[in-house]
Amino acid sequence: MTLSADRLSYSYSRVRLKPDTTTEFTLRDVSVRIAPGSLTGLLGPNGCGKTTLLKLLAGVLKPELGSVRLGDREIRTLSPRALAQQIAVVPQETHPAFDFTVMEMVLMGRHPHLGAFQLEGPADIAIAREAMTATGITHLAGRAYMTLSGGEKQRVVIASALAQQPKVLLLDEPTASLDLGYQLEIASLLKQLNRERGVTMVLATHDLNLAASVCDTLVLVREGRVLMQGAAREVLTSSTVEQLYGVIADVSFHERAGHLTVVPVRRQ
Amino acid sequence: MSEAVALAHEARIRPIRIRLAITLAGFGALTVATCLLAPLVGSTHISLARAFDRSIPFADNVDAQIFWVARLPRVLSGALVGAALATAGVVFQALLRNPLATPFTLGVSAGASLGAMLVIILGISFSAGPFSAVPLASFAGAAVATGIVYWLATPYRRAMSTTVLLLAGVTLNSFFSALILFVQYVADFSQAYRAARWLMGDLDVGSFEPIVAAVPAIVLAFAVFALLPAALNVLSLGPDAAATRGVDVVRSQRLAFFSASLATSAAVSLAGPIGFVGIVVPHLVRLMVGVDHRIVLPASALFGAAFLVACDLAARTLLAPVEIPVGVVTALIGGPFFLWLLVRRS
Repeated sequence: MTLSADRLSYSYSRVRLKPDTTTEFTLRDVSVRIAPGSLTGLLGPNGCGKTTLLKLLAGVLKPELGSVRLGDREIRTLSPRALAQQIAVVPQETHPAFDFTVMEMVLMGRHPHLGAFQLEGPADIAIAREAMTATGITHLAGRAYMTLSGGEKQRVVIASALAQQPKVLLLDEPTASLDLGYQLEIASLLKQLNRERGVTMVLATHDLNLAASVCDTLVLVREGRVLMQGAAREVLTSSTVEQLYGVIADVSFHERAGHLTVVPVRRQ
Repeated sequence: MSEAVALAHEARIRPIRIRLAITLAGFGALTVATCLLAPLVGSTHISLARAFDRSIPFADNVDAQIFWVARLPRVLSGALVGAALATAGVVFQALLRNPLATPFTLGVSAGASLGAMLVIILGISFSAGPFSAVPLASFAGAAVATGIVYWLATPYRRAMSTTVLLLAGVTLNSFFSALILFVQYVADFSQAYRAARWLMGDLDVGSFEPIVAAVPAIVLAFAVFALLPAALNVLSLGPDAAATRGVDVVRSQRLAFFSASLATSAAVSLAGPIGFVGIVVPHLVRLMVGVDHRIVLPASALFGAAFLVACDLAARTLLAPVEIPVGVVTALIGGPFFLWLLVRRS
């Protein structure tokens, strides 16, 4: 199912927006199309509106203008439950207020599939276990989530999102707080899940090399507008990096890594 | 992994259905035993056989009078108030995403206390069926406090801000406390004593009537609680994370806030603001059964009932024939426990 945003505008200010005013928009007239099975990167500098766009795509925020569609339905017409059965989100960090076990955290992904008084049964547990196998955390099942390392936590949250069995997975800077080793690990996990399970993914990040290594499609966002979108190889160039970040950079294909790499040289 | 660690590991990942069944059976048995035993213990020894002996006229049967009039209403109100405060504590802690929240954090009890104080000081006294002036006034005070906090913390059709909720509650709490002090200051000596005694909390309700008056509100609150536990689990990850897992955040927060406020209001109007039950019980329960609200909430209802009945038993027997106010007993147990919890967390 295609996830598409059509001419979205959004502002965090409480003032009612009229199309002709010059109120500061966080996002302005943004249209993107996420093809089924793709792994799309949302790229842009801090504060450009990546996270806002992701929240709008997830239905957490409601756009002032424009609409988000999943297949041929507008997501605002779906109940939170119906939406969560189709779209899951992995935030940058997840801090539960209580000391849940890893198993409990993963099983929370089953929430949109359970009735009001329904407890998860063997089928749900099997789905959760499978998600934990896919992310390599079966051995942590009984551990307290809060005692895990950053990389393990992120794998738990990804497993929880997989247990939701979504058609689309939205990830907001999933590797931002991780060191190099975990970054590579999560990147290859995402690539693998996308390829083997056909989960459509949208990845918001400002890590150009992460995006280059996993994404097949890129959407470049600058100051609340889409600068460019298309196949990663065509979009990611020295000139677009300069436009996006104001940084002179070398963009070249790295033989051993097998993808484009970006080496920043200096500020414009 | 050693065998003990492996066993503990297995216990933590046992399916919810099994954990829930074990927990309910265990805590249920404890609560039933406490509530059956408590009316039999006291400064005067009574015989259960005589208390139930219908052949002796009630007016001449001291055992029956003590059992039915002095002790049973007290145990029942203890169980009801304990269950209500403990579950309200669980719900507020999840709603505010703060394990240190209590049923009194948001000013509900301060509002209730102010209402009760005013009626006591003004010397208003009336009753209509099971309803009488002081409980009604405290319930009304709680409703006003709840309304103010809700109004402050809820932007139109958006999720509640838990930070504003907390700050508004804490501020309202100290504002009402100042008013309570002022009202007490202008009161005469005997009224001020009655007011101070009310603030300590008292389960000696004297008859079944006040209990009957509080039951509908508590039952309604519990009915709403039954809808909440799964949503509370997900809400404790944060409102955005809850929304992306299919929780209607605005609706769930509203239900949680009003049901927990209702349970607190009813409990406080029945027995005064008995402290620490709402924080000690949820934490003890979590230490025993983990943090899943689908288990913690019913277990806290049962354990809260047993805990408060036991505290009240201690209150009326430890220094018999002198009675210690039950709020003092719960605070004496709860205060140090709370500090231990704080130190352990950091």
